[in-house]
Amino acid sequence: MATEAHETGGATGYIVHHLTPLSVGEGFWTFHLDTLFFSAFLGFVFLIVFRMAALRVVTGVPGTLQNFAEMLVEFVDGQVKDAFHGKSAVIAPLSLSIFVWIWLMNFMDLIPVDLFPLIATSFGLEYLRVVPSTDLNATFGMSIAVFFLILFYSIKVKGPIGFAREMLLSPFGKWMIPFNLLLKLVEEFARPVSLALRLFGNMYAGELIFILIALLPWFIQPVLSFPWAVFHILIITLQAFIFMVLTIVYLSLAHEDH
Amino acid sequence: MSINATLIGQMITFALLVWFTMKFVWPPLMQAMEERQKKIADGLAAADKGKHEMELAEKRATALLRQAKEQAADIVSLAQKRAGELVEESKQTAKQEGDRMIVAAKAEIDREIQNTREGLRQQVATLAVTAAEQILQREVDQNRHREILDEFGKQLGQV
Repeated sequence: MATEAHETGGATGYIVHHLTPLSVGEGFWTFHLDTLFFSAFLGFVFLIVFRMAALRVVTGVPGTLQNFAEMLVEFVDGQVKDAFHGKSAVIAPLSLSIFVWIWLMNFMDLIPVDLFPLIATSFGLEYLRVVPSTDLNATFGMSIAVFFLILFYSIKVKGPIGFAREMLLSPFGKWMIPFNLLLKLVEEFARPVSLALRLFGNMYAGELIFILIALLPWFIQPVLSFPWAVFHILIITLQAFIFMVLTIVYLSLAHEDH
Repeated sequence: MSINATLIGQMITFALLVWFTMKFVWPPLMQAMEERQKKIADGLAAADKGKHEMELAEKRATALLRQAKEQAADIVSLAQKRAGELVEESKQTAKQEGDRMIVAAKAEIDREIQNTREGLRQQVATLAVTAAEQILQREVDQNRHREILDEFGKQLGQV
């Protein structure tokens, strides 16, 4: 594939081609079809697998699928219990969804970079970007949802007055209200932005390196792409884990008075 | 690269995902795990209890065994004592019986002697009368001399 790309548009053309999403629409109303499709598909896979595990659940000796699901559930539950001391029916399932979904989306990174675009080309689709988490829309979609949850719980737990007081009066007391508000706003908005950009940056960079490796002569590719892929197994898990843990931490902060 | 309407789609997908997980995935798995935890805890508790009960039963069995042994020993010693007593008793009885028999035999002998003596006395009296008859060569009125004869007989009895 690499040579073909060289012929058509050089290395730059190849990279740009791989990083351009399949999109319809104009301006803001552009939809990245590949991101939407793959993320929904992977979400569906996650739900199917876990729903099956949940349906066939037994209290006795668990099967392989149930074991796997329970392992993840227990892991997530342990993380939630470590960081979050209140009672909430939302946070633990939310964390599980985040962890598994992000992991699956990141996992698409490990599929050879040319495989799906090649298949797509044979169906007449010019562009295809298979890793949803290299799309800012996907990462911001999650982080903004988490942001709304943080706001919701802050207001719910502390009450509108308590929330307003926290926004206006901390950390410097009532004589510094504008400054306090500015600090607080930065603090609040930094959370979703950092969540989304961290995941996006890692995945985008990882994908870019896979694409760059794919540009090298074929006999060097395995030497580089194999270690990078192995390393990436760690990265995708770590990024999913970080996103989940930070979500738990932010939500538990929203539940506590400072 | 830019943020666009995909964001909205992603948020909807994410919300659905979380909702479904919250509703249909997390609770059954969690419940199963909690139930299993409880089951295991119960099982361990039951095992502990069973072990404890076994120890108790063992202790009880040992105690019972010891008691039974003691009882058996008691019974044996009692039986031995009783046997000794029985032997002693039967010895006593036998001795008594023997004594009694001896006394009876002695009485019998005495009576026999008495009878014999009586018989002899009568015979001697008769003999004496016969002898007197022969000596006197005369009819003797037995009725008239009864007194003398009785006297005679008595004197013979004293011999």
